Amino acid sequence: MNAVVRTAKPSQLIRGATGDWEIVIGLEVHAQVNSEAKLFSGASTTFGNDPNSNVSLVDAAMPGMLPVINVECVRQAVRTGLGLKAAINRRSIFDRKNYFYPDLPQGYQISQYKNPIVGEGRILIDMPDGETIEVGVERLHLEQDAGKSIHDQSPVYSFVDLNRSGVALMEIVSKPDLRSSEEAKAYVSKLRTILRYLGTCDGDMEKGNLRADVNVSVHKPGTPFGTRCEIKNVNSIRFIGQAIEYEARRQIGIVEDGGTIVQETRLFDPGKGETRSMRSKEEAHDYRYFPDPDLLPLEFSQDFVDALAAHLPELPDEKKARFVRDYGVTPYDAMVLTLERASADYFEAVAKGRDAKAAANWVINELFGRLNKEGKGIEASPVSADQLGAIVDLIGDSTISGKIAKDLFEIVWAEGGDPRAIVETRGLKQVTDTGAIEAACDAVIAANPDKVQQAKAKPTMIGWFVGQVMKQTGGKANPQAVNDMLKGKLGIE
Amino acid sequence: MSVDLDTVRRVAHLARIAVDEAEVAKLQGEINSILGFVEQLGEVDVSAVEPMTSVTPMVMKMREDAVTDGGYPERIVANAPMTEDHYFVVPKVVE
Repeated sequence: MNAVVRTAKPSQLIRGATGDWEIVIGLEVHAQVNSEAKLFSGASTTFGNDPNSNVSLVDAAMPGMLPVINVECVRQAVRTGLGLKAAINRRSIFDRKNYFYPDLPQGYQISQYKNPIVGEGRILIDMPDGETIEVGVERLHLEQDAGKSIHDQSPVYSFVDLNRSGVALMEIVSKPDLRSSEEAKAYVSKLRTILRYLGTCDGDMEKGNLRADVNVSVHKPGTPFGTRCEIKNVNSIRFIGQAIEYEARRQIGIVEDGGTIVQETRLFDPGKGETRSMRSKEEAHDYRYFPDPDLLPLEFSQDFVDALAAHLPELPDEKKARFVRDYGVTPYDAMVLTLERASADYFEAVAKGRDAKAAANWVINELFGRLNKEGKGIEASPVSADQLGAIVDLIGDSTISGKIAKDLFEIVWAEGGDPRAIVETRGLKQVTDTGAIEAACDAVIAANPDKVQQAKAKPTMIGWFVGQVMKQTGGKANPQAVNDMLKGKLGIE
Repeated sequence: MSVDLDTVRRVAHLARIAVDEAEVAKLQGEINSILGFVEQLGEVDVSAVEPMTSVTPMVMKMREDAVTDGGYPERIVANAPMTEDHYFVVPKVVE
């Protein structure tokens, strides 16, 4: 690879005492593979079962047990590789990564070192300012997860549960292409979206099913990269951002005070918002990798790959491009609509055969806004796509005003029902009768002679009059008609 | 290739093998003589030979994705020196 090294924009640089500093970030994301059984055993991957109940003798590393690979985990890794537009290696090797820890009964993790199942790929990330950045993926490999140690049950003992031991993980390694905490957060969000579209990882960060090791270094722009530190196991997108911001400033502080950065593994403490050294793990860096003699090379045919490629779902970038092309929504709206597959499906159901821009507006601003407020996912939306579509139709054919539509949305949200029937039975129809609007305008003008005088000097006062008339008509008057009529009556151009 | 005394101590520690200081020099001699023996292999030119990771000329067997094992925590912890509620209990290892 002789790719161009990305450089940070001036706004992304951190100002230090000796000048500006550029941050360089690379991420290793560990994504739990969606599968019923573990990578090398027939035990369940279910979360939250009783301790050591999802454990086979293979996972507990009893003597004489042999690993047999789960073909679905291989398929999931290949699907993910295809989704990341990456090279698929039809021959890869499993290696033993040796270290001692109580939650690793084998004394080694089965991983892939020099010959991973997936090679170089790329991820496009969408920044809030509308910029799209391409981030390189170095590799993806399959490996086993470790068990879980619980330290707060006793002052002198740790409790070990191996339910997670042997569950398949995909480690997805980015190139050091990221230049700010914002970019790193956008990268993990986008990767999570892609994995969820593919169905290869549920992306549940609270359960630890997606977590990241964050490599951070700092240097003066145009000079070689600095020494990096690795922040282990950060399990939320917000924490990834906080850890980078803290770590970059810590490193700048050390270098500017004349010190040097020591390459080391650190932990992020969310309570304190800082990273600290994990010195005790330093010696563990000597992993003494060697090919696992219990496992033959992992080989599969091009047909195996092609069959998976043929059934790949439409991915977020393609869906986003199609939404812009076919529905005429803005790239930003298309990005928001395609963050989750279910949201995108919902939008399409609303937009089909309707004003797509209005549909996008209602889905993003009203529906997503309301769902976020209540902490609900799109699947739990009380307003169905059909119902929201009917509301959009009612505005489109001028049966109701935009303001009444919001009230109608609230009614449907709280009570359900057919929006058309609700409009009929509750008398929410827009008043288009000019006589009624005129009467309301005259009444407001007659009651406010002082305001009429002010409006002649300050035409923007008309907004106040429109508001009063709308109030009088219970929001049912067409605001544009009111505006036009008031202009005439007040003599405002 | 040969190892010094510190490397012997380090390898022993990584393997979690307790080695008396008195034994370190003796082990250094043994390891270096083994390394010297193995180094003779370097005389063979294998630059065009693919590394052999297995002696069996077969493809790896794969398993379908089905839960066929587990569900016996009492057997899993049966040999553990200390357990509680089917957890392994070990000396504290907190960072």
